Amino acid sequence: MGGQASQRDTGMLKVASVLIVILVALAALASLGAPAFQRTATEAVIKLVAVVGMSIFIGNSGVSSFGHVSFMAWGGYLSALLTMTPQKKSVMLDLPDVIELIHLPWPLAMPIVCLLAALGALAIGYPLMRLKGIALPMATFAVLAITYVVALNWRSVTGGRQALVGLPLFTTLWVAVAAAAVTIIAAALYHRSRRGLLLRCSRENETAAAATGVDVSRERLVAFVISAFFVALAGMLFAHLLGTMTANTFYLDLTFVTLAMLVVGGPRSLTGACTGVLLVSAVQEIFRSIERGFDLGPMTVSAPPGLQEIALALILLLILIARPDGVMGDRELDAGRLLCRFRGRAPPLSKHPQSED
Amino acid sequence: MIVIQSLIDAISLGAVYALAALGIGLTFSIMRLINFAHGELIMIGGYTLFLLAGQPYLVMGVAAILVVTIAAFGMERLAFRTLRGANPTTLLIASFAVSYFLQHLVLLIFGSRPTGVDFLSTLNQSIEFGGLRIPLLQLAAIIVTGLAMAGLSLFFSRTDAGIQMRAAAEDFTMARLVGVKANRVIAIAFGLSGILASLVSLYLVTQTGTVTYKMGVSMVLIAFVASVIGGMGSLVGAALGGFIVGVVSVLLQTYLPVDLRSYRDAFVYLLFIAFLLWRPEGLMQRRADRERV
Repeated sequence: MGGQASQRDTGMLKVASVLIVILVALAALASLGAPAFQRTATEAVIKLVAVVGMSIFIGNSGVSSFGHVSFMAWGGYLSALLTMTPQKKSVMLDLPDVIELIHLPWPLAMPIVCLLAALGALAIGYPLMRLKGIALPMATFAVLAITYVVALNWRSVTGGRQALVGLPLFTTLWVAVAAAAVTIIAAALYHRSRRGLLLRCSRENETAAAATGVDVSRERLVAFVISAFFVALAGMLFAHLLGTMTANTFYLDLTFVTLAMLVVGGPRSLTGACTGVLLVSAVQEIFRSIERGFDLGPMTVSAPPGLQEIALALILLLILIARPDGVMGDRELDAGRLLCRFRGRAPPLSKHPQSED
Repeated sequence: MIVIQSLIDAISLGAVYALAALGIGLTFSIMRLINFAHGELIMIGGYTLFLLAGQPYLVMGVAAILVVTIAAFGMERLAFRTLRGANPTTLLIASFAVSYFLQHLVLLIFGSRPTGVDFLSTLNQSIEFGGLRIPLLQLAAIIVTGLAMAGLSLFFSRTDAGIQMRAAAEDFTMARLVGVKANRVIAIAFGLSGILASLVSLYLVTQTGTVTYKMGVSMVLIAFVASVIGGMGSLVGAALGGFIVGVVSVLLQTYLPVDLRSYRDAFVYLLFIAFLLWRPEGLMQRRADRERV
């Protein structure tokens, strides 16, 4: 039994490494494309960081969170405070001198930002994770709304209703890919860890898990904090790709898109989270290019703006109706079996009991 | 005087919030759906008024109520009927998708800029009464909410359909076993929540004079808060929660220091989280919802 369990554990790392190889291959393909396409690809990879980060909590706990996009906002705003030049800050914001003078290079700012966001998540998660049932998702909605209102009004720190501009633009495709690789490995490590297993127990049956001694609130809190760390990383990357921060960027629309990615792919599987990002980003890009217009013989056809969002909403609804567990369900990518199928051989009996149900 | 003035403000705002929260509570009590797309029903009402601008106010108002009710039926039939029995979180995400769909459909047709609509703008005048200034719209909101609640309680206590709905809210499976038709009670719940949504949109359009494709969002978030405070699934609780949120909002608006006033909603949500930690099940919990192992 023990041997089987450890085999399953290395299985998760294998899945992660295959996913990273696929990601790097896709990114290498994208880097051959036009600059605009590279930018789209970068955005997709950043969303991958966010969605995999979210899946650490949502996937393992089975509890939906509508508040994770606020960690992206925290990441972006914190990073703006740490990395913008003092001159720019003094023009747009009204900060205490100590903070205004901080001007860190981004590789140094990155761990600080993520740690601060994780600390914040610890502070709000500690009380929130005691909630049960539908009260917990509703409370995370409140976290999102509070972040939004504060970002919209705290003029001296966030720029308020005006966009905060002039963030250094350091996010390239490969920076995002590196961040995504780290996030995927972290998600896999958490998944195969004892804590991850305990949390998944509580996902399957909260009462039974509690009865066997799992401290459900504590396990949820651990996952919540880890996941906030990586979602904040995504927020920071996103802010430094756009170069601007507005409160509206990190509100309901982004919450919807990231949740849609997670649900479409399948929140219970790491492969699912990645698949969802790929599928939804592809659909978005296809419809965006239709919205931009394309040549059809003598005339240019273009669709009015809004079509892409409508398509996305319909796809999400169809997935929820037809495959409520997402495209992947509980399954993970299995490179060994995939290779066997390629070579036309019958795959060996599964080493992973979980992939067979 | 200020106390009475803010009391009137609080009751009228609470009345509107109560209408919105009741709309959310109705569908939740029957099918465990927290309907995020309720806000888009409110928006559809707004755009119906926009399309009929210039007609007599009565025509505009009645048309808005009818269109929103039909839209609510359609929403149930097309989106939520197939998802019946899914867990509350899946339903919530699905309603999020419906909301996003409707918002962007309207964006596609009407564009993103707020559009002006004249509807009952005379109600924005105030009457002076013993040193108090009471906007007519506030009076109207209180009266309409009072009538709607009286109507609802008559419906739930006197009609067959109402009693069946109460039974279904108490225990859906049991109610079906004794012959309550699932499709019928769910359709009625959506119809009623549509009517309530349309009343909210009449209020919003009168008050702001504009419609946008996101006009329902902030109202539906407040209604969430209100219905959770009241205890999800309890209609009396939803109405009570609406009034409480209204009163708290007005109190914060009146007594917060001036430079913190723009953060009012953040304080409302903060108090909401604090309330949840104190009473996660809300003020009035239905017996059927208590966790049994």
